[in-house]
Amino acid sequence: MAESAATPEAADQEPLELKITHPLSEMATMFFRNYAAVAGLLLLIFIILLTFVGPYIHTTDPFEMVWAPFTEPGQEGFLFGTDYLGRDILAAMMVGGQVSMAIGLAAAIISVVIGVTVGAFAGYYGGVIEEALMRFTEFFQVLPTLLFSMVIVALFGASLLTVTLAIGVVSWTAVARVTRSEFLRIRELEYVAAARSGSARDGYLIFRVILPNALPPIIVQANLMVGSAILFEAALSFLGLSDPNTMSWGQVIGSNRPYILDAGFAVAIPGFAIFLTVLAISLIGDGLNDALNPKLRQR
Amino acid sequence: MGLWNTIATRVGYGLLLLVAVLILNFTLISIAPGDIADTIAGGMGGADAEVMEEIRTRYGLDQPFYVQLWRYLSRVALFDLGYSYFYNTPVTTLILEKLPATLLLVFSAQILAVITGTLLGVLAAKKPNGALSLTVTFLSLFGFAAPVFWTGILLIILFVSIFPIFPVAGMVDVTIEGGFFVQALDVLHHLALPMVTLASIFLALYSRLARASMLEVLGADYVRTARAKGVPERTVLYKHALKNALGPVVTVAGLQFSAVISGAVVVEAVFSWPGLGTLALQSILARDTPTIMGILFFSSLVVILVNILTDITLRLIDPRIKSG
Repeated sequence: MAESAATPEAADQEPLELKITHPLSEMATMFFRNYAAVAGLLLLIFIILLTFVGPYIHTTDPFEMVWAPFTEPGQEGFLFGTDYLGRDILAAMMVGGQVSMAIGLAAAIISVVIGVTVGAFAGYYGGVIEEALMRFTEFFQVLPTLLFSMVIVALFGASLLTVTLAIGVVSWTAVARVTRSEFLRIRELEYVAAARSGSARDGYLIFRVILPNALPPIIVQANLMVGSAILFEAALSFLGLSDPNTMSWGQVIGSNRPYILDAGFAVAIPGFAIFLTVLAISLIGDGLNDALNPKLRQR
Repeated sequence: MGLWNTIATRVGYGLLLLVAVLILNFTLISIAPGDIADTIAGGMGGADAEVMEEIRTRYGLDQPFYVQLWRYLSRVALFDLGYSYFYNTPVTTLILEKLPATLLLVFSAQILAVITGTLLGVLAAKKPNGALSLTVTFLSLFGFAAPVFWTGILLIILFVSIFPIFPVAGMVDVTIEGGFFVQALDVLHHLALPMVTLASIFLALYSRLARASMLEVLGADYVRTARAKGVPERTVLYKHALKNALGPVVTVAGLQFSAVISGAVVVEAVFSWPGLGTLALQSILARDTPTIMGILFFSSLVVILVNILTDITLRLIDPRIKSG
């Protein structure tokens, strides 16, 4: 990232002043040059504001029956209509969005922590440890993830905690692979050898020397994990395997599923919200990818 | 020689993975609250301590963990996955009854996604900045972001109220009579929407991948040589380039297979497709643990077999690939 530290024109006019940009601000410039990514970011901020500030403005209780069931969107003052119990869908969407996004974020954090740990140790130590850890990863790739987390949720009860854990423990394999390949590459570089010759310990080398330099692709992957965890939670709720006392987007879809032919909007609207959120996240992911790996830009 | 060695290694390794899956399943069920005796007692409307003790002895639940595990593993080795208390049927029979429907859905969707995805990717790669390339980019964003059940439900709404040409639920129409051919056609008719729904997620991924790897291959020296010596563009694209660009698509398609099965669970629920996913959901809601474990076992078995097939296919496409 140091190659564009000075611009020739600036050097011509003011010979003694070099324009040095901080890598982070350079990254931000790259990111904001990508219109799709900026649109994604704005969309995500909008959705977050709507779900976290909205309930203070639109104070209807999402669990309370307020009108006749299946009121069409826009009628009787219900922007998104009412569901099969006559509950306000707009209120459910706002409160449910908080839960969906919180579960998505928490599950993604769990899977990133597991994935980075497994990948880092495999890539750093190599040999038998790498072999064992990668076999372990492959094992989790063989299990059909949704089926496996359905089983976990069914066995240990559907609560926010079990659903989050069930998603987190099955979706870390991609992070582990990315982390391992970055570690394999970076551990051979000179600055790692330099740190090693200064008798740095393994823990220091892994977490303070290599990991910070391995972060860019991990960040991109982690960002995508949030999106897929939101989708995952929605699928579990859709199947009726989420905490029935917690509103989430998937929960709205799952509880209205039997009535799709009478009231398609009650399912289509929350589905669209999930779609927009995940779309925004993946647009941001593309932008981050370009901004963090300038060398990989042409694809 | 080399090929057979690879296959033998992969099969042996696959068996180890299967045993690991079984051990994990068994451990999970053992540490979960409640056991089979509770389920059976629940089904009988309650039982006293003496009866519970009897049930536990009968099913070997009074034995230490490793004895139970060993008994379970040796039974599974003979394809005896236990007995479903909920359906009153041996689990293996139950699963083999539902497996064909799921395999039909999963394989047809995967084949549809790989073929259409690759074709789209190849056509898009001809013009990296053309309209089709843009379509592929949009498709891949849509495919990742759209929840699969949402796509399915939108299709149902579309095909029920606007174009009622495809059935939206089930696998066969019981009112249709006729020979094998008529029945098969009926199943295909029912298959259309679930297959397209399931394929939509993966089609996006494969088309993006095929486009990227075609672009890379098209820049290679041998493609330039082929063009320079006057090989027709069609032959260059579909024979010279595609053969080398197919590798990444096949690799990822193999890796994605367990995701396809996960997707099929949801798609089956949307379209009431009578397969393993529907069975899994029902048995999970009924806490029918032997059936659940059997389904996990069979689906892992299918994934492992597909992974082995992928390895072989890859080696057939590209003889340079050595084992691993």
